[in-house]
Amino acid sequence: MFELLGIPPQALFGQLLLGLINGAFYAMLSLGLAVIFGMLNVINFTHGAQYMMGAFAAWLMLTQLDIPFWAALVLSPLIVGLFGIVLEKVMLKRIYHLDHLYGFLLTFGLALIIEGLFQWKWGSSGAPYPSPIPGGTNLGFMFLPTYRGFVVVAALVICLATWYGIERTKFGAYLRAATENPTLVRAFGINVPRLITLTYGLGVGLAALAGVLAAPIQQVSALMGVNLVLVVFAVVVIGGMGSIMGSIVTGFGLGLVEGLTKVFYPPASNTVIFVVMALVLLIKPAGLFGQTK
Amino acid sequence: MVEALLKVDDLQAWYGESHILHGVGFEIGHGELVTLLGRNGAGKTTTLKSVMGIVEKRTGSVTFEGRQLVGHPSNEIARLGIAYCPEERGIFSSLNVEENLLLPPVVKPGGMSLAEIYQLFPNLEERKRSQGTKLSGGEQQMLAIGRILRTGAPLLLLDEPTEGLAPVIVQRIGEIIRQLKSRGFTILLVEQNFHFAATVADRHYVMEDGRVIDMIASADVQQNIGKLQTYLGV
Repeated sequence: MFELLGIPPQALFGQLLLGLINGAFYAMLSLGLAVIFGMLNVINFTHGAQYMMGAFAAWLMLTQLDIPFWAALVLSPLIVGLFGIVLEKVMLKRIYHLDHLYGFLLTFGLALIIEGLFQWKWGSSGAPYPSPIPGGTNLGFMFLPTYRGFVVVAALVICLATWYGIERTKFGAYLRAATENPTLVRAFGINVPRLITLTYGLGVGLAALAGVLAAPIQQVSALMGVNLVLVVFAVVVIGGMGSIMGSIVTGFGLGLVEGLTKVFYPPASNTVIFVVMALVLLIKPAGLFGQTK
Repeated sequence: MVEALLKVDDLQAWYGESHILHGVGFEIGHGELVTLLGRNGAGKTTTLKSVMGIVEKRTGSVTFEGRQLVGHPSNEIARLGIAYCPEERGIFSSLNVEENLLLPPVVKPGGMSLAEIYQLFPNLEERKRSQGTKLSGGEQQMLAIGRILRTGAPLLLLDEPTEGLAPVIVQRIGEIIRQLKSRGFTILLVEQNFHFAATVADRHYVMEDGRVIDMIASADVQQNIGKLQTYLGV
């Protein structure tokens, strides 16, 4: 079998696939964060906990109610999104006029509480979730588990659909306009507070959807979102706060960068994204796709 | 005058701690074109914003078709049939020209169609795929006026539509405002440019220090020219 730069192709393509899958989750999660930040001006530190809730909802449905994966893929984001809507109505809407710090404290505190509660009830060791599409294909240069291939494609579809919804539809035009000038959009007769609530619900639902997709790949555990969301914040900063396409491209791109680093210099694989973040901020403080306001 | 379409009585408004309007009163009949004149800081823009419900705090009475507006949020006020064109124009940079035109929802039947708006503003049709804020100042002003004509709102609030524009464009906007009046729109116009206002309006209310201090019909402007010049400090 041929070798590239002294790396066996099995290892290279294996890590590239892993990078692509990680990138798919970075993209889906940073997309939700970007949409929420654009509209609410709040950095949603509860995002990782909501991702975890999505995975847990699917796991509970399967183990307690025998609801299969495909139904959970729809139900879980709806339930968690509804939870987000309640959160927005009861708590978040009270802090929009305050400094960013209050949004940080509130959403970060909420994440700790939610993750603490799940850990207290179900422990932190994690539970397996059976793959809904077992099996795989040998591509010659590597083995591709079918479900992992499905996740990459599904994430792409979800990201592009979200992009289309925001950039090409009437609802998206309201969102974009209200992000720029909520007062004027409201003075045209649009119920902006309701639009904000809906946006948060959608962003949270997107996190939960990523959580359901992650369940068969990772262990379903109370702290599954903690480390992931740290990387996702870096992705959002690199892509540019509030940029939709930026989040998608940066998410997938950085997943690949991380995967390649694992092949060529494994010790740096945990830090490479933060190194990229530092470099990007030095050169383009608003992020790769961001615009300075 | 027939029964007023918009009637403002003892309107007071605040931005934070500062008290801007101290009891504004005026009215506009169906199909009338009325201006608010006055020096900078007299409270003209704040009056429009208070009618629209986008000031922090307001008291007093604003009735539209007999319905009280004070106490209602701006999205409900817009739905009753009032359309607002802000002084800073408020063109959305993340929307193209056509998306900007289509943004304000239709609130009443009888608004103008997109085709009619393009007929009125041919430039906008040529540039309908351009980013809204890439247009020239005059085109942006036409876009800001054009997009509220679709909504079917019978009352238009126009805040300084001629500000910072070349004389040719000001003339064009004057023609358009006269056309809108002849189509039956009721218009409340805030203007610094008195000469422009005099050519289009039926009546003028003069504001000073957050109050309406005088009303002059267009027909009587010549007799009152000295008084007006004192008011406006020109």
